[in-house]
Parts: sequence; C-alpha cells; structure tokens
Amino acid sequence: MAGRIGTLRPPVGAALVAALLGAMTLGTVAVVALHAGAAMPGAADWAAVRFTVTQAALSAVISGLLAVPVARALARRRFAGRGALITLMGAPFLLPVIVAVLGLLAIFGRAGVMNDGLAALGLPRLSIYGLHGVVLAHVFLNLPLATRMLLLGWQAIPAERFRLAQSLDLTPGAQFRHLEAPMLQATLPGAMLTVFTICLASFAVALTLGGGPAATTVELAIYQALRFDFAPGRAATLAMLQFALCLTALALGWSLIRDTGFGTGLGRRVEMPAPGGWRKGMDVAAITLAAGFLMLPLGALVIRGLTGMDDLPGGMWAATLRSVLVALATTVLVTGAALVLALAAGRRAAGHRLFDAAATLPLAASSLVIGTGLFLALRGVASPSAMALPVTIAVNATLALPYAYRLLLPEARALHQGHDRLAQALGLTRWARFRLVTLPCLARPLGFGAGITAALSMGDLGVITLFAAENNATLPLFIHGLMGSYRMEAAAAAALILMGISFALFALFDGIGRHASA
Amino acid sequence: MLQLDRLVLEEPGFRLEADLTLPKGARCAVLGPSGAGKSTLLNAIAGFVAPHSGRILWDGAEIGDLPPGQRPVTILFQDQNLFPHLTVERNLALGLSPDGRLDDAARARIVEALERTGLAGLGGRRPGQLSGGQQGRAALARALLRARPLLLLDEPFAALGPALKAEMLALVRAVAEETGATVLMVTHDPQDARRLEGLTMLVAEGRAHPPMPTEALFADPPPALSAYLGTG
Repeated sequence: MAGRIGTLRPPVGAALVAALLGAMTLGTVAVVALHAGAAMPGAADWAAVRFTVTQAALSAVISGLLAVPVARALARRRFAGRGALITLMGAPFLLPVIVAVLGLLAIFGRAGVMNDGLAALGLPRLSIYGLHGVVLAHVFLNLPLATRMLLLGWQAIPAERFRLAQSLDLTPGAQFRHLEAPMLQATLPGAMLTVFTICLASFAVALTLGGGPAATTVELAIYQALRFDFAPGRAATLAMLQFALCLTALALGWSLIRDTGFGTGLGRRVEMPAPGGWRKGMDVAAITLAAGFLMLPLGALVIRGLTGMDDLPGGMWAATLRSVLVALATTVLVTGAALVLALAAGRRAAGHRLFDAAATLPLAASSLVIGTGLFLALRGVASPSAMALPVTIAVNATLALPYAYRLLLPEARALHQGHDRLAQALGLTRWARFRLVTLPCLARPLGFGAGITAALSMGDLGVITLFAAENNATLPLFIHGLMGSYRMEAAAAAALILMGISFALFALFDGIGRHASA
Repeated sequence: MLQLDRLVLEEPGFRLEADLTLPKGARCAVLGPSGAGKSTLLNAIAGFVAPHSGRILWDGAEIGDLPPGQRPVTILFQDQNLFPHLTVERNLALGLSPDGRLDDAARARIVEALERTGLAGLGGRRPGQLSGGQQGRAALARALLRARPLLLLDEPFAALGPALKAEMLALVRAVAEETGATVLMVTHDPQDARRLEGLTMLVAEGRAHPPMPTEALFADPPPALSAYLGTG
C-alpha cells in the first residue's frame, strides 16, 4: 500500500501526556485498591452508596424532564433576550459550586427569601439541608446543561422534516410523535446519563447541603474518613466503591457522555412551527420559570454579598491569590496537554485511539478518589498541607482536560486535513509551523478551553479539602469555612468575588483566543 | 534529469508502474483518464505517497527517502495552496525560508515576485480576498521564489475558465523558463497539454508511459491514448 509518509513521526509528547493521565486516573485507583482490603464496607458505607445513587438518579431524571419543555420552547420561539438566555445557560457550568449553593441558600435557606415568606404567612420554615437540598442544587447546576444538550437535538432535526410535517398539515401532537419523540429517545438518555455521572462524583454540594447519616454521599464519606476519623483503610474502601459507581456509569454511556454541547452554534432558531394558543402560554411559562429559577438565586446572592462587602474577613485576599495561582497553573498545564493530545489524535498518529481514551477517562474519575490515591501514595513523602496546592493543580488539570481536548479535537482534525500537505511541501520548520499555522488556526478553541479550565479550577472545592490546612486554603475552601462559622453575609461577599474572578478569567482567556484567532 | 526507476505505486485496487526519464528543463503534461493515478504519481515524486518499490532519482541522486520539504520539488495542489489566515506576503515568505522569516531583503524579493506575476500591491491581502486566478498567481509567485528544479502541478487551475487557464499556463511557462525548472503538469484536457508546448506523458491502464513530444503523440496516438481521446 502506498502509505502516507507524514504520519510516521512518533508522538512522544502525546504518549507522555497520556501516560500521566493514566497515572492520575488508573494509577491512583491502583494505589487505592492496594489499601482497600483492610476494611470491608459497613452498613453506613452501603447507606452512602444508596444515597449517592438515589440523589444522582433523582437529579438526572428531574433535570432531564424539566429540560424538555424549556429546550422545546427555546427551539421554536424567538424573543428578545433569547440569545442572552442561551448564553446564560452555559454559565452554571463555569459557576463555582459553592457560589451556586450560597445563591440557593439566599432563596431557600433558613434565613432565605422563601422561608421569610412562609414565616410571614404563619407557616413553618423548611430546611434545605438533606436529600431535597442536594437534588435542588444539582438540578440548578445541571438543568442548563441538559437543556443545551436537548436544544442541540432539536437543531439536528433537518428543516425539511418540519416543512414536510407542515405540508402534510400534521397536528402538533402528531409532529411531536413523528419528529420530536424519536429525537428525544435518542438524546434524552444521554443527557440524563451525563447529569447522573456528574452528580455521582459531585462533592461540594454534598459537603455543604448534605451530611449526617441520612444524606452522606460516598465522596463525602471519603472526606470524613480521611479528615475526621483518620481511617485511610476505610477511605480506600469507600474510594473503591466510588470508582465502581463511576466505572458503571462510564460503561453505560462511553459514547453518550462525551458531548456536552458547548462550542457549537446554539443561537440558530429551529425552523419549526411555533403554535399559538395554550401551547404558547406553556412555552412562555417554561422559559420564565427556568430563567427565574436560574437567575433569582444569583440575584439574591448579589444583594446579600454587596451588603457583606464592608465586612470582608482577613485572610480572604491571600486565599484569593492562592486560587488565582492554582487556576493559572492548571490552565497552562491543561492547555499544553490538550493541544499535544489533540494534534496527535488529529493527525491519526500511532496510538491515537489510546490518546483519545486517556483524554476521556477523567470524565469518570472523581476528585476525591484521585485525592485518596495521592494521599495514600504521598503520605510518607511530605505533609498533606505542604502538598495541598500542587495536588490540587494536578487533580484540577486531570479533571478539566477532557473538556479542553474535546473542544480542540475537531479543529485539530480540520487543521491537519486542510494544511498538513502544504506545510510539509514547504518544509516548514516546527517552530514556524506552530507559530504561523497551528496557533492562529486553533487560537479560538484554545482560548475557550483555557477559559473553561481557569474558571473550573478557580471554583473547585474538591481535593483541596483533603489536604489544605487553615493557612493554605483556596478561596472556595475559605468560603466554606465562613459558612461553617455561620458568617453567611461575609461568605456571600467572598462568593461574589469568587464568581467575579471565575467569569473574568473565562472572559480573559476566551477573549485572548478570539483576538489571536485567524 | 528526473528518473523513475522501476517505480511501483500500490493501493488497494490500484497499481501504477513507471519506468521512464524526463530530461532537465522539459515541460511535460501528464494526461490520462481519472483514477489512472496521475495525482498519485505526482504525490509520490513530491513525497506524500510512499512507493511500493523502485526509486525516484533527480540528477542521479535518490530523493525517495527525503521528507517532502527537502526534495528539489515545488508542488501546487488542486486547492489549499495558500494558508487562508496569512497574508499573501506571509504566504510567499514561507517560500523563501521555511522558518517564515520576513526581513527587508525578503520583502524586496516578494515585491518583485508579485510584480512578475501581475499581483503588484496585493501582498497585504488574504487569499480569501483574491479571485481564483489571483490565488493561482500567488501560488506561482511562491514557486518562483522557491526556484526548485522540479515544478509539479496537480491540476491547480482546474476550477478556472478557459481564458484564465490559458493565462496561467503562459505564466507557468514563464516561471519555468526563469527558474529553469522541469515541469510536470497533470491534466485531463488535451488542450492544456498542447498549450504547454512540450512533452506529454500518458498515464493509463496501470502504466505511466515514457514522455513523447505532444504534437507527434497526438498526430499518431497509440491505442490507449485513442481510447482516452475517444478518437479510436
């Protein structure tokens, strides 16, 4: 066979990155497995497993079902602010979880707007803590994601089908059965499974709104075992349970959970009839309720945070600086690693399937399982507190890599197909090729991926809880400490700053990418 | 002199043999039915397709092991001959040095090449702001700057109308004369072969036939050429 010559260059860098990712995901699990035999799971551990699966399933089903009317309304209606609302739907992905939780507390918490209203009516106050609080927060964080995924599904229905349906004068019900129901059958399970997988490994929500025997997730139990009971054996056993859960979810949906639907053109309106009458009323209600549900908690947080601004506690700026440095270091690592992997996969270099798998694996990993593995592997080497920030950077980088990689891959493929031949024919040096071809063509997805990574890392409240001491907390952990001492206004003020920096970092990197883009 | 020494190119369901020489400075059209392997042959000479067996020699030295950029070759593809995100000037600079350096000496040479190819003043534009004919001229201007001994043209002007194509072929002849390059040009149009005013190599039925003077070949076509031309 007259083979292509250009594909023979061995992808050393990509192999190295893939090996590091393998060590961070599978390697840490292997360490955990070595320690896990010491303690068999007890009744409390099984209760944690049950709670984890229950809350994740409820969150997934509720997010998925609520997303259907919202996505449908967004698909077929045109109104002022529609584009802004769709953009806003992307924001909760970047929103630090602790900020979302504080926002929900401002509405649904003990001293929140809703309970004040109930009290004014002479009704008992409701507690947000427990299963319903955890599910509420997960729906708040994931309803937008599910909506965006379903909206993609609606946009994927060819316009000709809707025209055909109209020319056959199908009723809206028949149109739903023949066009939309099959699409939902194909996309809704994937959307729900994505939310389910995210909620399985969600830690910060359980840390802040869960707790107690009735509402402890496996991740939270790992944290308690390591941090309060100092029982590494039990933590390892729990980490194996968590790994089994994540692995099951990943096996169920290896092909389904990859596309989270950002970066694609969601602004286009589907060429779909927009019926009037009660259906219009339903659409208006769906959009209004969804927008309110997403915006009111953040609005309440802003009001509460502004009043707390003059009472910013000492130590906050040091924590902020640590968080920014962690976010920047993570961003540099992820951007470089994702670029190396995507370029190798884009030119179908030897081993590109392995690289692709290595870049997908972290989607099923959990912050606390990786953290437990690193804790066990490194405990003889240095004190946990001394390792807190490097470990946080490494774990954040591992967990953010799949998103940056998925954004780059299609563009890297197009780059290879479009320009590789010419670059080779001209014999461009590696540096000239990188500077004049690769960077300008990939600047946009690189910037977008870097922005997402920086925001995610800035707001992360996961593995840092296992390692940090008082004197080296990141900003999210610092805010968690304020909540623990019931300084809710100060916490809200700090959360406002955290949210501002997260979004600013995203806008900064995304803007650099847009600016440098060819 | 370009020498294809018992060269065999193979892909599933495809095989092409070539055992021929092309004298230095010749202009040779590569004519034949689609799917016969004209492009594959050029891509093998340029280094994008690895031969199954045989050797490719330029002036007696084997070039079959060199990476594409280090062969004595400039190739123009059917499309994607310019980087769309770089200006014409930047694109041409890549023909002068593979690290893309753009100093005053390079700028002066680029201005000259643009003038020679009728693109004076257009160095600051991007390829998307040029017409199809102008893009072809820009690619030829870069070939002029690279001045490699072999110029391979894989139907880069196929999308142009007849008048523009004739203009381009005239420019190809001018560039080849100026650089002393040996030209191999793929086409499926006998008219193009005539306009090149040189040799024609027939690629058909799994074989690249030795080049013959075009007019003589058309005056007395062998059976494979008659079949292709539809005159047999």
